Amino acid sequence: MSNSIKVSVWRGRETGEFQSFDVPRQPSQTVLDVVTFIQRNIDPTLSYRFACRVGMCGSCAMTVNGKPRWTCRTHVDKVVEDGAIQVSPLRNLKIVKDLTCDMTEFFDKMNKAEGKFHPTKTRNDDFDVIKPDDPTRKLAAQGIECIGCAVCYSACDVVEWNKDYLGPAALNRAWTLVNDVRDGGNKERLTAISGDSGCHACHSQQGCVKHCPKNLSPTNSIVGLKRATMKAALKGEI
Amino acid sequence: MKLSGHRNHAHYWAFVLHRVSGLLLAIFLPAHFYVLGLAIQGEAAMDGFIRWTDAPLVKAAEVILIILLAAHLTGGLRLMALEFFGSRESSKTAVAIGAGISLAVGLAFLINVV
Amino acid sequence: MSNARVETKLWVWQRLSAAVLAVCVVVHLIVIVYAVQDGLSAAEIIGRVSGNFLWLAFYSIFVTAIAVHAPIGVRTILKEMTDISPKATHMIMATFSLVILAMGFRAVIGLFTASVGA
Repeated sequence: MSNSIKVSVWRGRETGEFQSFDVPRQPSQTVLDVVTFIQRNIDPTLSYRFACRVGMCGSCAMTVNGKPRWTCRTHVDKVVEDGAIQVSPLRNLKIVKDLTCDMTEFFDKMNKAEGKFHPTKTRNDDFDVIKPDDPTRKLAAQGIECIGCAVCYSACDVVEWNKDYLGPAALNRAWTLVNDVRDGGNKERLTAISGDSGCHACHSQQGCVKHCPKNLSPTNSIVGLKRATMKAALKGEI
Repeated sequence: MKLSGHRNHAHYWAFVLHRVSGLLLAIFLPAHFYVLGLAIQGEAAMDGFIRWTDAPLVKAAEVILIILLAAHLTGGLRLMALEFFGSRESSKTAVAIGAGISLAVGLAFLINVV
Repeated sequence: MSNARVETKLWVWQRLSAAVLAVCVVVHLIVIVYAVQDGLSAAEIIGRVSGNFLWLAFYSIFVTAIAVHAPIGVRTILKEMTDISPKATHMIMATFSLVILAMGFRAVIGLFTASVGA
């Protein structure tokens, strides 16, 4: 193992260039360690995001050697090729500066997909009793752990080809709510997630499944939405 | 075949094959219907065309078309199984099986056509 | 019809026609491999399908299913990979469907009514 790695880092916005840095190699080093080393010891003007650095928050998501991943959970040993790695911001999102991107569009699409809860009760009503082994609860549970890190959004080619496509995370969130018996917004939701920008645009490439750091399957949620919209259309509800 | 970065996995290759095969088959169709329609002009007209297809290059193209058709079919079955039964780890095996069946069909055609 | 409804229906029709085509294509592949044994000839093809109502029915269903399935697929490719407007892709899809129906049934009926030795 050589004692340094060559790190190629994106600088600038949509136009910019890769800048090369030599970083001392350490055992159990992560890509986040590498980027942090560069910013603290070589170039303080490098912009990047992180928070928890322990694989819980998703803030450190970037593209490493062409794949979107959490840099705090990416060991250099696992990705280095010929002593070099390349780090760039997440695909499919506008670049703010260097390694940070604008998440606005990602969260806007969560809203557009009606990925928000529509309550049906007031504080004066009794609680809903939802058993953990309830079938719809289990379906919701399969997708509920999403923390909105946008790795799936970056891995998806349909997001790249179709500017309006809501994307795996927003559709996954919508599916968890479709299966929430307490929610009253399914008519608007199923309409919102159909159409040009909705679930039918998904081709099951499953880049989202491959790259999700939480091992979720937005593809599974999306095929669920396809079946749900089919039933709704047959019933005349959308 | 290695695709760039995030595209280098089984389900993406399956998607590319499905799209390419579908497009090529769609382009092939009008030509196919035209040739079959030669029967209206009589057996001789159709036989004339069929003789042309005896050329090795044409035969090779036919083998490829058969493989594309079988690949599009198996890819489509995989996709519909996914959409109606949900995605699971085993569906990666389905990609391999689909490719295998397509090649087998192409081989069956090749053996019988030469 | 709302955009949501249009896209959902196109998706349903794509899958329905795919299910029909799954059967048709398997039959078609078997027939092809069988037919090319010992060489292909117009006489053999015409001899098999001419005047045969079963083959007429089979190929009519086959052509109709293709006329639904292929244009929807082509439209998706155009929408995703070109700058062609949504309205135009719809027109192209409809035109392609008519072309398949016209040429397809011309071939089906042509073969059904053809005779050997003409």
